[in-house]
Amino acid sequence: MKAIGFVIVLLTGGFLIYAAADFPGWGDPNSPASLHVSPYYLENTVEQTHVPNAVTSVVADYRGYDTMFETTVIFTAGVVCFFLLRTLLRKEPEDRLYRHVLTGVTIRVKEGKLPPSEEFERIDTTWTPHDLIIKTICRLLVPFVQIFALYVICFGHYSPGGGFQGGVILGASIIVYAISTDLRSELQRIREKTDALLSAFGVFLYAGTGALCLLLGFNFLDYHALAPILFVNRVMARSHGIFIVEVGVGIAVMGTMIWIYSVLASRGHYDEGL
Amino acid sequence: MFWQLDLVILTLVVFAGLGSLMVKDLLGAGILFGAYSFLMCLMWTVMGAVDVAFTEASVGAGVSTVFFVAAVFRTSRRTKD
Repeated sequence: MKAIGFVIVLLTGGFLIYAAADFPGWGDPNSPASLHVSPYYLENTVEQTHVPNAVTSVVADYRGYDTMFETTVIFTAGVVCFFLLRTLLRKEPEDRLYRHVLTGVTIRVKEGKLPPSEEFERIDTTWTPHDLIIKTICRLLVPFVQIFALYVICFGHYSPGGGFQGGVILGASIIVYAISTDLRSELQRIREKTDALLSAFGVFLYAGTGALCLLLGFNFLDYHALAPILFVNRVMARSHGIFIVEVGVGIAVMGTMIWIYSVLASRGHYDEGL
Repeated sequence: MFWQLDLVILTLVVFAGLGSLMVKDLLGAGILFGAYSFLMCLMWTVMGAVDVAFTEASVGAGVSTVFFVAAVFRTSRRTKD
């Protein structure tokens, strides 16, 4: 079986390399893409959309329909992870572990639980060492990571970045918090319902912007239509439309990343984990 | 760009990719895959596709490695084959 697989892989790889020889050379100025499509975007992006970064204007404006379904794919990935992994059966562990916050002493409670108090915090059943240094450093790091993520989302017009990258960094900041403390304290801040609603809301914001343009009498995702609503001229309306859409992508990606991580790390129980 | 730099990065990409397939330890495979993503990010930067490189660095090298580690943590660390 292994030999057959190896032969198939070799054949496919050989065909791919053979086919790649037909591609135009890297950066070839005479290739069809460089002759017909790219020059139009590069020459018109600033005067038509007021966005100097041509990649952002192509991704969110000229090819906005494509990106909308990419966002939908991300949302679908989150939903699929939820349906595959989530187990709704709640089984409480027999023993509960608590840590005394001030001294770090761990106690085990059999049957029943301690009343909620400031002095004891519940910890996972698979005991992990309590590391103050990692916790504190990550706690200090998280706000800066989040500000950088917001910068990436907002400055996608002028520099590399945009909704996808900024959303992933926002999600990663929450995941860093979950890893440095534990999943339990992350879930107290962002609940499962919030994750799911965020990822659905991001897609809704994107598609809703498109539908709004349709309602105002223009084509789907033609941001010219937003000019009277946003009180700007038609060029700036496209720039702002791209921004709204990027925010939608960022929210969807952030929600999905946290959702997938929490479901994966807690083995579908959504209570405790990595 | 210098072709020597290209060659070094490409060689490392191939080794990281093969390594992540060969290694028996799944955690190691996940980390090698993260290294592969990061080297691909360098390749994109060399080719001038900065946006793609940014995405590769954040999604490929960052979050997907975390997902692999979480999946290994919840399943087993050794492969059967």
